[in-house]
Amino acid sequence: MLELKTKRCNGMKGCAILIALFGLLVAPVQAQEPLHVDITEGRVDPLPIAVPDFIGKDRREISAGSSLASVITNNLKRSGLFQPIDPRAFIERPSDFDTLPRFQDWRIIDSDALVTGQVVYQDDGRIRVEFRLWDVVRDQQMVGKRYYTTPENYRRVAHLISDEIYERLTGETGYFDTRVVYVQESGPKNNRRKRLAIMDQDGFNSAFLTDGNNLVMTPRFSPTSQEIAYLSYVNDNPRVFLLNIETGQQEVVGDFPGMTFAPRFSPGGDKIIMSLERRGNSDIYTMDLVKRRSTRLTDHPAIDTSPSYSPDGRYITFNSDRSGRQQIYVMRSDGTDVRRISFGEGKYATPVWSPRGDLIAFTKILKGRFYIGVMRPDGDPKTERLLTESFLDEGPTWSPNGRVLMFFRQTPSEVDGSGGTVRLWSVDLTGYNLRPVATPGDASDPAWSPLIK
Amino acid sequence: MNLVQSSKLVAMLAGVMMLAACAGGSDTNTGPVDTGPSYAAGSQEAFLDAVGARGDHVYFAFNRYDLNGQAQAALGQQAAWLMQNPSATVRVAGNCDERGTREYNLALGARRANSVKDYLVSLGVDPSRVETISYGKERPECIASNEECWAINRNGVTSVTNGPSS
Repeated sequence: MLELKTKRCNGMKGCAILIALFGLLVAPVQAQEPLHVDITEGRVDPLPIAVPDFIGKDRREISAGSSLASVITNNLKRSGLFQPIDPRAFIERPSDFDTLPRFQDWRIIDSDALVTGQVVYQDDGRIRVEFRLWDVVRDQQMVGKRYYTTPENYRRVAHLISDEIYERLTGETGYFDTRVVYVQESGPKNNRRKRLAIMDQDGFNSAFLTDGNNLVMTPRFSPTSQEIAYLSYVNDNPRVFLLNIETGQQEVVGDFPGMTFAPRFSPGGDKIIMSLERRGNSDIYTMDLVKRRSTRLTDHPAIDTSPSYSPDGRYITFNSDRSGRQQIYVMRSDGTDVRRISFGEGKYATPVWSPRGDLIAFTKILKGRFYIGVMRPDGDPKTERLLTESFLDEGPTWSPNGRVLMFFRQTPSEVDGSGGTVRLWSVDLTGYNLRPVATPGDASDPAWSPLIK
Repeated sequence: MNLVQSSKLVAMLAGVMMLAACAGGSDTNTGPVDTGPSYAAGSQEAFLDAVGARGDHVYFAFNRYDLNGQAQAALGQQAAWLMQNPSATVRVAGNCDERGTREYNLALGARRANSVKDYLVSLGVDPSRVETISYGKERPECIASNEECWAINRNGVTSVTNGPSS
């Protein structure tokens, strides 16, 4: 074993995962470029990859092995960077985890990479899951790891393995072992019930966080703790609240004389940045969660809202109509040096700084259509790229590696009450990989978690 | 732009008249003669009776929060009732159509509610009697995605908060 570490739980009990990295199975080396998917250039050809069911000895191991392969396959496929090969095309059926695969059998079906794995039930009731990623072109193992966890926690292990595969083949950090907090919507449009909910990034394990008695919206993850900041209308007083998703404890953020809304955490997790509305005017404030002190950052008769920090904490992007219509601005984190960065046609809203720092995602409204797009923080209009378009696309949130955006899409409602569905979608930065995210019902306001530590 | 705005205004007025027509049948008091209204003075029902059908609503143009003449006339009625019922307090809710982003609409709804409040105060109502709340685009009254509904949903609605319950 070369490496031993444990993964923390994220709001789930008994989910500690022990991880070990083990040595390589060695095959003769051929001098060729190692496998690599370049995800920085426009449209990429997805890499063909084979993920046969993980090996098991008995019925429950075989069943778990099949489920693991299925979760991994789905993750890789949804990323748009991989093209999992139909298992019906497989020639070799791996039966021994500790022997080399027959590489020619995988090359014949045009697979560039192969994932093998096995599941073993331990005497203590836990499962041991092992996998190896193979470079089929070079006949080489790229990585192998072993995980110990409880059987019901298999999806988490599948996400960790997916992240390993993604990282080895793209050179970028993965985002599969993450969760999404969102607003689950139900009921007619004129009497909508909204509840906070949380799920894995692939739409599974959805669970409610609030009971639906109060109108809630715009949840956002803390980058450092198991806390969510969100807007709630408790007693018909719209205020920003904090919710600890492990303990269920809620508290209002600060004691302000008007509506507080549009919260986000600072990159260090020690501050909330948000709008405070007083006598009809909205400005941007921070609330230091440790010192319990608020600081005003903008003082302008226009609407200032939707603030979002740069990942280094030095800048803030926000939405303001001080020019006469909604535009995106950037200022220093002390509120100085305000400059507008959106200059295209139409209105711009909901700026969100990428975790990589290189782009700002936004909602654009132009001629009655809504778009999700990205631009560079320096405001060069040539860098603006629109990724999606519909009747109403709104509220992008970044995957922690800054490669994928999730947002919500609402369809038009008819007079008879039909239509008007609200669903989550994801799109990557190429704009080609647009996919619905499965949720139990209508869903809006997604916020992606950081990578689970 | 002028054309767009005026067509929107027409749509808005059409929507208001349509609603007024709908509400017309329900606000007549059909009790026995000479018994007077069945609600208490200073109540929400008394307020609605005094300001007339949809008189608790004022409507706004797209992305605007200034009050047109019709809105000012409605608020004149509201202010008169408030002056006659000095113990009543009210809440003004600001609402937006679905064609904006959620957080900006919360801010816009707050502006609309405060426009209403400021106007009532300018007519002599004590500011401590008027509270405001914004629902952004969260509380549409009209559900279809068309100009008529959007015009109806861009509103400020006044309601009595401390009146005797009926």
